[in-house]
Amino acid sequence: MVIDGFTVGECLHKGAMGWLYEVTGRGNPFRMLMKVPRLGEATLSAETLLAFETEAMILPRLAGAHVPRYVATGDITTAPYLVLERVDGASLDRREAARLAPADVARIGAAIADALHSVHGQNVIHLDLKPDNVIVRADAAAVLLDFALSHHRHLPDLLAQERRYAAGSAPYISPEQVRGSRTDARSDLFSLGVILYELATGKLPFGAPLTLAGLRDRLWLDPAPPRIANGDTPPWLQEVILRSLEVSPAARYQSAAHLAFDLRHPEQVVLTARAAKVQRKSLAAQAASWWRARDIGTLPGGAKEEPGSAPVVMVAVDTTHPDDPRQPELQRVTRRILSLSREFRLICVSVVAARIGMPRGDEEGTQVEHRIRLRHWIEPLEIEADRVSMHVLEAADASSALVEFARRNNVDLIVLGAPAPDERALAWWRSVASSVTANAPCSVHVVRRPAASAAPAIDEDQAASRAAD
Amino acid sequence: MVLALFADVHANLEALEACLADARERRASRFAFLGDLAGYGPDPGAVIDIVAGHVGRGAVAVKGNHDAAIAGATEYLNDSAAAAIAWQRGVLSRAQRAFLDDMPLVVREEGICFVHASAVAPERWDYVDSAAEAERSARAAGTPRTFCGHVHRQMLYISGAAERMVAFAPTPGVPIPMRAHRTALALAGSVGQPRDGNSAAAYAIADFEARTLTFHRVAYDNHATARKIRRSGLPEVLAYRLERGI
Repeated sequence: MVIDGFTVGECLHKGAMGWLYEVTGRGNPFRMLMKVPRLGEATLSAETLLAFETEAMILPRLAGAHVPRYVATGDITTAPYLVLERVDGASLDRREAARLAPADVARIGAAIADALHSVHGQNVIHLDLKPDNVIVRADAAAVLLDFALSHHRHLPDLLAQERRYAAGSAPYISPEQVRGSRTDARSDLFSLGVILYELATGKLPFGAPLTLAGLRDRLWLDPAPPRIANGDTPPWLQEVILRSLEVSPAARYQSAAHLAFDLRHPEQVVLTARAAKVQRKSLAAQAASWWRARDIGTLPGGAKEEPGSAPVVMVAVDTTHPDDPRQPELQRVTRRILSLSREFRLICVSVVAARIGMPRGDEEGTQVEHRIRLRHWIEPLEIEADRVSMHVLEAADASSALVEFARRNNVDLIVLGAPAPDERALAWWRSVASSVTANAPCSVHVVRRPAASAAPAIDEDQAASRAAD
Repeated sequence: MVLALFADVHANLEALEACLADARERRASRFAFLGDLAGYGPDPGAVIDIVAGHVGRGAVAVKGNHDAAIAGATEYLNDSAAAAIAWQRGVLSRAQRAFLDDMPLVVREEGICFVHASAVAPERWDYVDSAAEAERSARAAGTPRTFCGHVHRQMLYISGAAERMVAFAPTPGVPIPMRAHRTALALAGSVGQPRDGNSAAAYAIADFEARTLTFHRVAYDNHATARKIRRSGLPEVLAYRLERGI
């Protein structure tokens, strides 16, 4: 059968919502799927249609490596279909049946967090994140599938009134979604927390409730700490998981990028009481939480926060030259930038020259020494420990090391020093700042020491014409 | 057809010209004026002449409560609005007043209903300010699309499941897909007196080929209009509102 130039092949899946077919045609170089909603059954059709329309509206607006490529949609009244890229790789649920080693949990979790960060940055909240909606590609990047229940900041939300239906998948949805919220990106981070819990322990933190009452348990229920289910769960991973599963969105990570960062840098995770928990809260404490949950009309959160309101800021500090006269200005500017946002993460990076052939012990000595200098640099800024991390990179090429580190860690803004304007023009072109500015994946804030007293600039042409007089 | 929707111009010539120019740049092929050419502003005559010209070339224009007030009673208007109507009556020509008086309350064509306020009883000037009101108005309109004004805010209501409407505050410049099987009611916002804290003029474009509806905001010289208001002796508050967009 051929529809609008697509040759419809094998039916790959028949679900409650619709059918999936393999399709070819229109000269696309990648494999494609056609989704056809299952309409016509009175009880299902209105909601199925809403979900289908939602995906058909949102998917064309998403781009990047973390979503399937959109190809086409059919006329919804005559031939409703959606054609999209068939992503290669297995979905998470089939690949990861048993519990995984902490490093693998962190690797997969960070990949999913990267994907969420990309989607959130495009004004979309997924709202149905679960293992079957995640595919990990061969290059280890995660791809998110199924935007049928998603919310777009700039588009009408047809599902806003369909509470019961639009709530997502019972084991994975956040407490605020149980309450009907669809506008908080941090809901996806809760769902990722459930996935991390499942990958680490082989169990679901809230089970698979079938009733609304069962779903509402997560408004107050304290999940068993992962270490009960898997004694090998390291404290940092338990910290990350339980922080993601906080009932109040304000107590979770405030951005998927922050969560990805912690999963990539376990040694930098600041441990709290969560990390050490080996049992649930006492019965009395749980009862108190339950009582509070009864009273809350709507959970805090649900705010329509702009993407990027919880930025990752990276400051490059030259610890090889701690007395550089630009250092105080770099500190002042960093302080000013951080004061603009409540929910920032600051990454302090120093790049030191890689020295080949140095004995192992000396290398560590260098690391420690520069780390101490970084900590000394950051101290006057008085930042809470869980908002800041310090990294000493050894590399021959400082600018590419900085750019690569920024790219890997979803950095929104790089702050770094540059040669002063009164230095020779060549200094800028040779500087780390110019190369980072040219190649960075994000904004760059270039800091200069203000010139002591700027001599009035003389235009060369003017000077020449004056000389001619 | 690319249809540009202008509501609540309120005698603001600078705002109208800026929106018309913006719409032409966006290839609008047809114009609709959704009521309240008169009221509040300093240039009712110039605005009516422009709109009358467009109507002569096939544009739609429906009557608003301020347009009706020019001809008749002012009991529904607050003091500054009533003062502006009284002043405008004095500066409008007989032909301009007749144009206002001759505008219909509702126009229905090709699946679209144009009306200033709620289509339930257009002459009552009820505000469409909730999903429930929008449902009633859309039902009374009896068309898949209803375009109106009166509320001075941009808003879109779309039918979800079971004909219940979902309210959506649009983001300027973002095209919203319009599906044929969903009933929609759009408030185009106010060209001449925006009240959402943004002083830029508001209008919307319905593109029937691309099947999208896009709300637009256009910065114009609102301080020039405010100066004209002060010079003409209209109430100070009307100038202040334009400067702030409140």
